[in-house]
Amino acid sequence: MTVGLLDRRLLFVTGKGGVGKTTIAAGLALLAAEQGRRTLVCEVDAKGDLAGSYESGDIAFEPRELHPGLFAMAMDTEASLREYLAVQLKLPRFTRLGGLAHTFDFLANAAPGVKEILTVGKLAWEVRERHYDLVVVDAPASGHVIGQLQAPQAINEMLSVGPIREQTGWVLQLLTDASTTGVVVVAAPEEMPVTESLELVDRLGRTNIDLAAVVVNRVLPELFGRAEEQVFERLARPQPAAALAAAVGPSAVAVVDAARVAVTLRRTRAGHLARLREGLGPSRPVLYVPELFARTHGLRATRQVAGALDAELS
Amino acid sequence: MTTHDTGIPQLLAAKEIVVVCGAGGVGKTTTAAALGTMAAVHLGGKVLVLTVDPARRLAGAMGLSGLGNEATRVPAEALAASGPEPRGELWAAMLDTKRSWDDLVRRHAPDARTRDAILSNPLYRNITGKFVHSHDYIAMERLFELHASGAYDLIVVDTPPTRHALDFLAAPQRMADFFSSRLLRWLLAPYRSRLVNAASRPFYQLADRLLGSAFLQDIAEFFILFQSMYDGFIERARAVERVLGDRRTTFVVVTTLEAAPADEARRFIAALADRRLHLGAVVLNKVLPVELLDPEATAAARELRSRPDELAGELLSDGAVAEAVLGVPSAEPADRALVARVLGELGESFLNFQVVATREAEQRAELGVGAEVVTAVPSLETDVFDLPGLLRMGRRLWSHEGPPR
Repeated sequence: MTVGLLDRRLLFVTGKGGVGKTTIAAGLALLAAEQGRRTLVCEVDAKGDLAGSYESGDIAFEPRELHPGLFAMAMDTEASLREYLAVQLKLPRFTRLGGLAHTFDFLANAAPGVKEILTVGKLAWEVRERHYDLVVVDAPASGHVIGQLQAPQAINEMLSVGPIREQTGWVLQLLTDASTTGVVVVAAPEEMPVTESLELVDRLGRTNIDLAAVVVNRVLPELFGRAEEQVFERLARPQPAAALAAAVGPSAVAVVDAARVAVTLRRTRAGHLARLREGLGPSRPVLYVPELFARTHGLRATRQVAGALDAELS
Repeated sequence: MTTHDTGIPQLLAAKEIVVVCGAGGVGKTTTAAALGTMAAVHLGGKVLVLTVDPARRLAGAMGLSGLGNEATRVPAEALAASGPEPRGELWAAMLDTKRSWDDLVRRHAPDARTRDAILSNPLYRNITGKFVHSHDYIAMERLFELHASGAYDLIVVDTPPTRHALDFLAAPQRMADFFSSRLLRWLLAPYRSRLVNAASRPFYQLADRLLGSAFLQDIAEFFILFQSMYDGFIERARAVERVLGDRRTTFVVVTTLEAAPADEARRFIAALADRRLHLGAVVLNKVLPVELLDPEATAAARELRSRPDELAGELLSDGAVAEAVLGVPSAEPADRALVARVLGELGESFLNFQVVATREAEQRAELGVGAEVVTAVPSLETDVFDLPGLLRMGRRLWSHEGPPR
């Protein structure tokens, strides 16, 4: 890795649904801000999960400073279009867009990539104008993110003239500069998320956009070393089991069973983790974030994730 | 309240289409495959699992490797080898968005020239290939097509990973709206009349300035071509919508008991009710064992965590126990420390997972309401990538537990 993860300017955080993509994006942004970077974090699919991660109340298109140096916004393509028209085409913001606002949704569906370019374009613009040191994007799930990142290319190919074509030029340049832009793929050590992450990394490899890091979320702590594991297995034998039940009550068996679930779960996950690492090869940076038992959401969890990422990055 | 004659088997026997939905990552695809496999084995008939994006190993297990849109039969021997003699046939198909769109165009295009013009139009290729909105619609369209073919007794479909699980429900309506939209009609109006139409002039000028008139012409041409298929599309979108609302169709909502997917499941259940669609079952996937909530086990775990050294000494003072655990009848201090570490870790781990199980119990209490069938699959049995695995998971789904107590 030539550039430190947080020294890039634009990070798209993606991953299969359910792996904790938003929490990782929130943690990365919080960490960057705490390290003194002026950071913008943007939620793209407006589900409100990001607000939950910071327990901050609603997050809107207009960025709001949640913590010192940490600004958050939610993407709204119509607002982005208005801003674009005002800033790039110098149309006064109060211009009545008439049919445009009304039929915006149809236009966005009709001319493919309009929503995507308004999203990516807005984020790239914030980077280009140096409004922030780092922009972290809670991007769409892995199935969609490539389409979004390739929208400028697609538009560029479809349009022959006009201001949009000109602008896709610099957006493309910014996206494909590995020292500026990178994708962070969030995975969980499970069957489908690992498979999907490897597929995404593979597809990403066929674009000009750089993979900045893979973050594996919810890694279970190793319960036992080898010697402990042997003792654990033997505790289930009749005599030790009876002695344990006599010592702490007959429900001791439930405790041992639960540990067996934990051990098996960890072993299964370790297998998936090994498959992920093998598939990625040695050169790709992989960061590990442990399973958080006490909290999975909210500011406390975000802080813990930021702490874990900090430890992995330093 | 649930009675024993309403379970997953009854549901699958009574319905022709089962739409499996839920947030990303909860195990929709696996659940759909497990339901289909169980139906084929135990209920008989010709069962199709239509899957959107299966992990490769699961696809391989179902005989789907390297296949496109065509349905393929899972070899009867493979099915029989993994469990009881199957009563019916299991078929599987993957959704290939691009191919499905092409098929749709071939079906609705009025003539060969229009068809070829559409298929080679760069805008069309972008809509169908790169961008995601067409996915939802085409999944439902394909479901309709397969059902209308009358070739299957039961179709289990797993829904595409949309940003919002609800998107695909609205997809047929959106497609119909799209084709009858004002914008579309305006784009299709002759260029000249557009300029004299004062109402649309500012918009046109703006669009022209943004996109360039050549691109606008491209769009217009694309839609002029597409308009020739207008009636077919509208009619089709309506028909797809009707099938989703038909009493032979049911929805199975899959969720884990984590906060975000459970939230989405609740929203989904509410949306089904709003649209008067049939909620057949709620599947709670990857749930932790309920024993984690047992008060006596909790007390035992706390004791293990708080005085592991003492307990280790107590256990190992019995020669027979020491022999069984360590292989030698008398324990050295290092052995005692080792056993103490294990005992302490047992307690710690139990209490760690108990925190998660407590959260799950809360989610579960809120979720079961209103569904006829709530069925839970333990977390260890969900790592499924072959037919025996599907059947194992299927058996869990089969034996429903009823609403939470």
